[in-house]
Amino acid sequence: MGRVAIIGASMTQFGQREGEWIQDLLAEAGIECLEDAGVDADDVEHLYVSNMASGEFEGQTGVPNALAHDLDAMPAYTQRIDQTSSSGGAGIYAAWQSVASGASDMTMLVGGEKMTHKTTGEATDVIASLTHPAEYKHGVTLPSFAGLTARHYLERFDAPRESLGKVAVKNHKNGVDNPHAQFQTEVDLETVLESPIVADPLRLYDFCPITDGSAALMLCPESIAKEYADEYAVITGIDGATDTHVVHEREDPTVMGGVVESGKGAYEMSGYGPDDIDVAELHDMFTILEFLQMEGLGFAEQGEAWKRVEEGHTERDGELPINTSGGLKSKGHPLGASGVAQGVEIYEQLVGEAGPRQVDADVGLCCNVGGFGNCVITTIMEAAQ
Amino acid sequence: MERVAIIGASMTQFGHREGEWITDLLAAAGSDCLEDAGVDASDVEHLYVSNMTSGEFEGQTGVMNALVHDIGAIPAYTQRVDQTSASGGAGIYAAWQSIESGASDMTLLVGGEKMTHRSTAETTDIIASVTHPVEYNAGVTLPSFAGLTARHYLERFDAPRESLGKVAVKNHKNGVDNPHAQFRKEVDLETVLESPIVADPLRLYDFCPITDGSAALLFCPESVAREYTDDYAVVTGVDGATDTQVVHERADPTVMDGVVESGNGAYEMSGLAPADIDVAELHDMFTILEFLQMEGLGFAEQGEAWKRVEDGDTERDTGELPTNTSGGLKSKGHPLGASGVAQGVEIYEQLVGEAGPRQVDADAGLCCNVGGFGNCVITTIMEAAR
Amino acid sequence: MTMEATRYDDGSITYPGHPRGPGGSEPVETIDLSEYTAEIVTWTTSTATPPGVREPNHLAIVEFDVEGESVRAIGQLTTGDVETGDEVRPVYVDELRDPGAGIREPESQAWDGYRFEPV
Repeated sequence: MGRVAIIGASMTQFGQREGEWIQDLLAEAGIECLEDAGVDADDVEHLYVSNMASGEFEGQTGVPNALAHDLDAMPAYTQRIDQTSSSGGAGIYAAWQSVASGASDMTMLVGGEKMTHKTTGEATDVIASLTHPAEYKHGVTLPSFAGLTARHYLERFDAPRESLGKVAVKNHKNGVDNPHAQFQTEVDLETVLESPIVADPLRLYDFCPITDGSAALMLCPESIAKEYADEYAVITGIDGATDTHVVHEREDPTVMGGVVESGKGAYEMSGYGPDDIDVAELHDMFTILEFLQMEGLGFAEQGEAWKRVEEGHTERDGELPINTSGGLKSKGHPLGASGVAQGVEIYEQLVGEAGPRQVDADVGLCCNVGGFGNCVITTIMEAAQ
Repeated sequence: MERVAIIGASMTQFGHREGEWITDLLAAAGSDCLEDAGVDASDVEHLYVSNMTSGEFEGQTGVMNALVHDIGAIPAYTQRVDQTSASGGAGIYAAWQSIESGASDMTLLVGGEKMTHRSTAETTDIIASVTHPVEYNAGVTLPSFAGLTARHYLERFDAPRESLGKVAVKNHKNGVDNPHAQFRKEVDLETVLESPIVADPLRLYDFCPITDGSAALLFCPESVAREYTDDYAVVTGVDGATDTQVVHERADPTVMDGVVESGNGAYEMSGLAPADIDVAELHDMFTILEFLQMEGLGFAEQGEAWKRVEDGDTERDTGELPTNTSGGLKSKGHPLGASGVAQGVEIYEQLVGEAGPRQVDADAGLCCNVGGFGNCVITTIMEAAR
Repeated sequence: MTMEATRYDDGSITYPGHPRGPGGSEPVETIDLSEYTAEIVTWTTSTATPPGVREPNHLAIVEFDVEGESVRAIGQLTTGDVETGDEVRPVYVDELRDPGAGIREPESQAWDGYRFEPV
């Protein structure tokens, strides 16, 4: 079986996109991705749309069909992929399967979400609708899971509160160089640590914002990729895995089983280990998640990710640059788009198109977390040789 | 590459499932399907959930993550598949891809929807949210598309109104023998033709009901299938294709390109032709759709499906091509995400000889699952293993 | 009213119960956790609460010991003045949040339940 290549990528401006709706955002990223790859809409065979909640946010469903029409890509097959906040990673997995199975020789993946027209309370509630009734009735939200987990992590591993703040500082710094990021401003540690409490011990700057945006990737067999581009990336490892839906049922609150299992699967498939990864995009919806993913993916021992962050290992010029894009933290988190945008960053790093964010990388990884670790997709890409 | 087999199937009672919610329905079908196949939950590698609108109907999202926990299948990978009313067919395609690509050696597909706690108007509106803003703005609903298309078809092809009614009569008759169907009673042509108008010229009995329910299928490579059973089905052709989202932009209102293109793809992949199909499940959300699919899939020439129905060719026991032996969406009910999976359940049961009183003689079967008003269509061809 | 946990045929217990337990194990009995006390594993005070939820909302993950088997639960706290490791008991509340205010279909689930109160 031939390898699956990525030959194009795009993302729209992330942020508050006043007057633009889900259909507009998806079409914008889709058209740009076709242009970036030099592929005609007619040549697209499968079109996947990663989106969690267009109906809940906007009362517009069937967005894949709207997109196929808006791009004039008919009769390309299309389908919506929902895996909550990891819909984008699930989209990469579905797109990979469509090409690897032989069902499609040209698959476009477009992820997007339109959220900012809702209040913070409403948006939080839409996302919290993924919780079990036993959680929902207590008013449990995703940020509250983060607060519960952060307190446990800090107490158990004797980690300083500042180490979490440093994740936010780093990712904001990286975001300054990403023209599509929602926030392109640095923040200092003091600002993070003195921002308003959202879910004690976590504060406003420990959380990603609410965002509108869309991102896209173009996938095809490697044999076809060579017709379009000399520089492309190849997906050499990919896997997805679940953990409990009810979060408190996990044996260890600091271990996300879905991260561990999907990471193992992706490493095994690619033949790589954690040491071989040159750049990674992790799902920093909350600062604490960057620690949990670093540990789950083998970039640090359990309870020690905070030390690597303190030591500067994950800075853009560090040993393992993490979230060179600015992460969800500064780039923003339009649910269905985020996992695709992670892939866009790794693709751009591997083909040398990351501009001022460019690091030296042959192999990159993205980890996209759905719910509070309910389902996780890990993807390993490498530059084509 | 080895073929993709189906080794188990289940469906819950379809109908008004008072006090049972989307996660309950999915778990019931999922556990039943594993039991039917004799497969342990821990052997499931991928789990796909076909569901259009659990968030809109119930304010419960992430239902696939709930299901993987509720049936004890963690850490199986899971994802929700939405292709509006063709979510089930899209799920079959996704499950097939998961096996064919080597990503999974055991994939459970569970489709379901919980709808009946909402009023008919609310439900119609949720489904109509698939339309383009210019359509939605005009109050266009799926039933109204059916009315528009039916009038055009009848006038253009000089087809009698009764021929549409006969689709409803046939599918209700078939549904009597399906213990899971929402309606298990025959209706006569007069009842259909005198029922209240819903979207002129179509009347109440031209439409499927609003339904709660769930259905499931279990997929694996053929080599793995043989470890579990001698009687299994093989997916030998599957394809999906789109047509315009804005329905009136289509060149010919009586041709659903998604049906034609997905059918062509599935025939080509399987090496079979329309004449090779022994039994078919078509998406009869509205009676007129059965005509359009028969024609798009090559079971009748354009404008002539009504004659084949009038001639009895699609009857279960006496026809050349029994269509909707399950009772179809018309009598079985139409829980959006479940319907395409339930079509697959019927064809699987026909091919492995488990269809009971509905059994016909069949080596090759086809299902056609229509999303929106033909916006995206998935056609699947299955054959009995030999 | 009870705070019902489920025991499965592999011996594990979960709150809430599921149709199948770990690895597909079958449920065998229910256990009322409201008769037990628990220990706070971790807690938070959430200030950005969604529609119909009290603000601030004090929440904890707690751990019960049921005949040697650990069972965790999540729930609201009666107070934010707690520490990890504190012992708490479940106290019944007839409405934990306003059922009509959020996205969830009010009829689809229960809205009463137990808060945890320091012993």
